[in-house]
Amino acid sequence: MLDINPGLIIWTLVTFALLVLVLGRFAWKPLLQTLQTREQEIADALRKAEEAKKDAERMIQENKATMDKAAAETARLIAEGRAMAEQVKGDIVARANESARKMLEQAKDEIAREKDAAVQQLRGEVADLAVSAAEKILDETLDGARQKKLIDKALQQLPKN
Amino acid sequence: MLSWILTNEQNAHGAAADTLHAAADSAAHGAAAAHGGEENLFTQLLHHIYDSRTLELPFYHNPDPTVHGLSLPAIHLFGIDLSVTKHVVFLWLAAVLLMVTLTLVARANAKRKVPTGLGNLVEVFVVFVRDEIVLANMGTGGLKYLPYLLTNFFFILVMNLLGLIPYGASATGNISVTAGLAVIAFFMIQIAAIRAQGFGHWLAHLTGGVHWALWPIMVPIEILGLFTKPFALCIRLFANMTGGHIVIVALIGLIFVFQSLAVAPVSVGFALAIYLLELFVAFLQAYIFTMLTSLFMGLGMQTESHGAEHQHGH
Repeated sequence: MLDINPGLIIWTLVTFALLVLVLGRFAWKPLLQTLQTREQEIADALRKAEEAKKDAERMIQENKATMDKAAAETARLIAEGRAMAEQVKGDIVARANESARKMLEQAKDEIAREKDAAVQQLRGEVADLAVSAAEKILDETLDGARQKKLIDKALQQLPKN
Repeated sequence: MLSWILTNEQNAHGAAADTLHAAADSAAHGAAAAHGGEENLFTQLLHHIYDSRTLELPFYHNPDPTVHGLSLPAIHLFGIDLSVTKHVVFLWLAAVLLMVTLTLVARANAKRKVPTGLGNLVEVFVVFVRDEIVLANMGTGGLKYLPYLLTNFFFILVMNLLGLIPYGASATGNISVTAGLAVIAFFMIQIAAIRAQGFGHWLAHLTGGVHWALWPIMVPIEILGLFTKPFALCIRLFANMTGGHIVIVALIGLIFVFQSLAVAPVSVGFALAIYLLELFVAFLQAYIFTMLTSLFMGLGMQTESHGAEHQHGH
């Protein structure tokens, strides 16, 4: 069992050498080539997938930033518009108040002026009446009776005024 | 240090083989002494493991009743017996099977993006040998030896497995075949070392890096170390493949020893268990032989820094 057979050793060497040559050329070379190509492809695909994922993440981030910016801008515009509206409203109300006040003052002035003019006119007319009344009285001054009668009449009229 | 371990290991293996031999011898002696039919049976069954000049084939009966099976041609060249024996036939069968199968697999795999079936199985082993054996032990520099190591692994595996089929025989259960494989491993280990560090460094490494006064001791030890590694490979594979077969033969033989059918279920049950173990061992030994060859080649390739350290030591 343990005796060495040189012939068998030689057959082993020859067979092995032939096997290495044949397999090396027709089996290992294409097999390893295929393997390497596939591994390369898988590695590439993984790398590309990773890159695509990063790109997608970056784009999502960018979109989110843009959306945030737009929302902030909108909010700002609304606030600005509201503030401006408030201001315009305030202005209009103030101006309306102002003009109402002015109109009232003008009306008051007008009234005062009209009143002054009326009083002035009345005074003139009263004076004319008094003068003409005095003239009439002077024209008719003849008898004391009549005078007395006039004075009484005037006296009677006084408390009534 | 490593050489020492290996020598020891190899001694242990040698001892195991010796015991084996002794057992076989004693069985033969016993048979010769007793001349009993039962004892003869064991030696007859053991002949199943030995190499022979005939090939047993199913449904074939040699016209010559004294010859069992198909006679194989005897060849003598330059005084060497180059006869085709049973193990040579299985050596060739394994080689042809591998050439045909792997060539077809390589073609099929090249056509598809995703390998299927046998192509997938072969690829698992190819990737395993490349990544776990060659790259792990030799680094990327070992890739140029990948075809050799792949062939080594698949050849040993198929030879191991052929012994597990009916009418089959394990060529690796023959020490001459494992010796042939070890001779190739020996040359590959030296070639890898010389190519990686140059012939000068390889020679210098034989001195072990010690003071020149110690060279007379160191150089023979280192030279012996070169041979113990492949020698251990040779014995390990042979003993492992033979051992399982002998146990199965012994278990089945028990039925005839006791001449009782009641023993049969036990014998067959145990033999089945050993058979399954052998199936595992067939893969394991192919792996171990290839892995150790790769490891030894890797050690030889990496000694450059090791040698530099020695020179610094001076």
